Amino acid sequence: MKIAVCIKRAPDSETRFRIAASGTGIDEAGVKFDISDFDSYAVEYALQVTEKGGGEVVVISVGTDASQETLRKALSMGAASGVLLKTDGPVFDSMAVARALADELQGGGYDLVLFGKVAADTAAGAVGAMTAELLGLPCVNSVSKLDLADGRGTARRDLEGAAETVEFPLPAVVSIDEGIARPRYPSLKGIMAAKKKPLESKPAQLGDVRVKIAKMELPADRPPGRIIGEGAAAVPELVRLLQDEAKVL
Amino acid sequence: MQDFYDIDSQLSEDERAVRDSVRQFVDEQVLPVIGSAYIEGRFPREILPGMAELGVFGANLPEEYGCAGLNNVAYGLINQELERGDSGIRSFASVQSSLVMYPIYAFGTEEQKQHWLPRMARGEAIGCFGLTEPDFGSNPSGMITMAKEQGDGTWRLNGSKMWITNGSTADVAVVWAKTNGDPSDKSIRGFLVPKGAKGFKAKDQKGKLSLRASDTSELSFDDVELPADAILPKSGTLKSPLMCLTQARYGISWGAIGAAMACFEEALAYAQNRIMFDKPIAGFQLQQLKFADMLTEIVKAQLVSLHLGRLKDAGSYTPQQVSLAKRNNVNMATDVARECRRILGANGILAEYSALRHMANLESVYTYEGTDDVHALILGQAVTGISAFK
Amino acid sequence: MANILAYAEARAGELRKTAFEAVTAARQLADASGGGEVHAIVFGPAGVAAKAAQLGKFGADVVIAVEHERYANNDPESMSATIAERAKSGGHRYVVGVASQTGRDIAPRVAAKLGAAFASDVIDAKVNGDALTVRHPGYWGKVIMTLEVTGSPTVLTYRPGAVTASENAKEARAESMAPAADPSASRVVVKETTQGAKGRPDLAEAPIIISGGRGLKEAANFKLVEDLADAFGNAAVGATRAVTDEGWRPHSDQIGQTGRTVSPQLYVAVGISGAIQHIAGMRTSKAIVAINKDKEAPIFKIADYGIVGDVFEVVPALTAAVKAAKNS
Repeated sequence: MKIAVCIKRAPDSETRFRIAASGTGIDEAGVKFDISDFDSYAVEYALQVTEKGGGEVVVISVGTDASQETLRKALSMGAASGVLLKTDGPVFDSMAVARALADELQGGGYDLVLFGKVAADTAAGAVGAMTAELLGLPCVNSVSKLDLADGRGTARRDLEGAAETVEFPLPAVVSIDEGIARPRYPSLKGIMAAKKKPLESKPAQLGDVRVKIAKMELPADRPPGRIIGEGAAAVPELVRLLQDEAKVL
Repeated sequence: MQDFYDIDSQLSEDERAVRDSVRQFVDEQVLPVIGSAYIEGRFPREILPGMAELGVFGANLPEEYGCAGLNNVAYGLINQELERGDSGIRSFASVQSSLVMYPIYAFGTEEQKQHWLPRMARGEAIGCFGLTEPDFGSNPSGMITMAKEQGDGTWRLNGSKMWITNGSTADVAVVWAKTNGDPSDKSIRGFLVPKGAKGFKAKDQKGKLSLRASDTSELSFDDVELPADAILPKSGTLKSPLMCLTQARYGISWGAIGAAMACFEEALAYAQNRIMFDKPIAGFQLQQLKFADMLTEIVKAQLVSLHLGRLKDAGSYTPQQVSLAKRNNVNMATDVARECRRILGANGILAEYSALRHMANLESVYTYEGTDDVHALILGQAVTGISAFK
Repeated sequence: MANILAYAEARAGELRKTAFEAVTAARQLADASGGGEVHAIVFGPAGVAAKAAQLGKFGADVVIAVEHERYANNDPESMSATIAERAKSGGHRYVVGVASQTGRDIAPRVAAKLGAAFASDVIDAKVNGDALTVRHPGYWGKVIMTLEVTGSPTVLTYRPGAVTASENAKEARAESMAPAADPSASRVVVKETTQGAKGRPDLAEAPIIISGGRGLKEAANFKLVEDLADAFGNAAVGATRAVTDEGWRPHSDQIGQTGRTVSPQLYVAVGISGAIQHIAGMRTSKAIVAINKDKEAPIFKIADYGIVGDVFEVVPALTAAVKAAKNS
């Protein structure tokens, strides 16, 4: 099975963000970047599928040159080759990203195209479904369990307070939720092997970009925390505050 | 901790990738278990498969033996990250890599290499290194362990070794012994002694207050019969085990940085959050001075080890340079750990925080692989031209 | 003046809370752009039209019901095709939805079919001449981005809970429409929709969330959390990553940067230390209560009402007090 996994370079979740002087980006000094979380689950799932049933995994990213390192990490985990669709800066238009990816994926002979369900930074969660539309492929989003057999897929998709069991034919586009696979640590041998794997770089065909960043800011701080008392003795005061102040009881 | 001197810019992409992968492993697999393993006084064996899968054992040996073929800077960074977890974890890897796999690689036959190295890289075989004896620590040339060649080419081994990391769990011991009754250190050769050999006993040393997450053992050899191919044929004289120690000491110089980084990071976060007299204690000049001093010392140590690694990769480093790095960095880390322990106040005596554990560990690291004093004398001899040992 | 198509989500023929939010948001956006009609589109099996009529109260001028037996479950392919078709024929300036799991699934498909500009998970939107200025949290909710979206039509989804459903009654005209694509020809087929824990609202919808952490020590002790949720009556139960990793609770209950992001009226953190990952998922809650034995726990830094104490002592007392308050 030939699987494409579309991955994004995103800041580590532990980061304490500062806004860059431009006001339209984060200050990247000292920020550690990695494969965006859900994308890394997709990479791991794809590797497990091909390790068991044969085939290869190709990783594709839309981003600046810095994304090469992100692709290289996926190669060190075991992907066979990588493609960077190069941009001059971050892109906030999901459709533009989907166009660039569809342009690359078209005719690639992929049985399955995987995405993380949402990127950590732009947090739009739309590129997978859009790419599927552009390619005319079936699409299932936010999948936490996926079985593939005989050219078909069966997926579990969590809804609010419910879950769907979904069936679909391959080739297809699937976006991956948590719980499907824990990403492996790139082995040291894998890191060395990744240096020799093909990593192609070419300009991203974004087309007309209609969503642009105007401003980034940190959310307003909550008022500082307040301890109202100790032990069960504090419960009456808590109930009073929930009734009179927070008005939730 | 913050890369204050942008040392990352001096690392290659794969060196950083190696560091980051081991760092993530340590954060997720080692740190959650190390505190309790330490208290229980056991090496956390549950992390062993993960370490092997990652490929930390013999990582700087060639790929043909199932190893990663990393350069020495990457190997150093692995040690740094492992010791950010615990000196005992790093010791385990140091012994396996530098003191067992390295001598088999450097002094062994092709058969020995093919037999042991891939299995050791996969963590399926564990090794230990027997040089130090109860009465001969800093002066290994005085060792009394003796191997005698029999008429048929086989060997008979007698003696004992002490302070042997992984001794009781090892599948094979690299044992250094004088040969055929010759008391000079020129007769020293290395032998591969398999676990279970008749007359070979290993028992753990109890009551340690340092390196508690590491097994330390006493080995005894009572007429142990070894086949002719137990000898590492290319080993000879005290120089051979000392070459191994140089490898290990190089790694230790990096490991100590990791321990210091862990303590620094923890103490800094604590100081920034701990409110006393209505402000974070990090806001007090006395604490800031401590952080400034520690930061400076850590950066210096990082630069020393990185430069040493580059020299080693270029094939131009000397054992004396390794002595400088081991001595400086372990001393530095011991000071940093103690200072951080104090910044943590009463909390600093809990196993939940790492400073006291690192501080206790580093007392062993200060002592093993050439004590601080011995390295001072090596440097003294290097600059004065006069040996203080004799 | 801009007419807006609002996707009003229904599940198995029942309108979701997000349906009212979508219509409310669409109404506000229509009014902000100088007035215009809101057309709400609803999918469901036969009978959904009758239920959808109430959307008029929230500001829909037209309620379009698309009934089909296959819409007992979601059918994203034909639903998105139908929305796109309607938006095209209706010349709608905006298509508005809510970024629930279903909304997130449908909206990007609609945007792609229409070749529309797209904004997701917005917390507010302002008409700005020909453009739309939206605010949207990103970077684990730690950064608020302001985006300029140009192009007509524009598809946008609101973050669940960002808009409070409010009444603004219109004389809604009822319309019906056939699916623009045959649902039985859909390649992606939802075979089954299984309901989760019954009787308790879902995390995304609950006004109150009681969440448990490792401080509960073992799975069985989650009963304390459930009892407190039952005492409130309208509360959902959440958990930290540590808890779902231990398997004490299902993954879908996890609140945090890799799990669900919630902003209820009241969030009660029971035995939760407040690791940064967890806080990222709940810091926008209106009121936060924390109960933890460690007074240094970071959760107390953001808790409006903190109680330092043993959860096994404090929580049962609180449950009893809440019950008493509810009964009085």
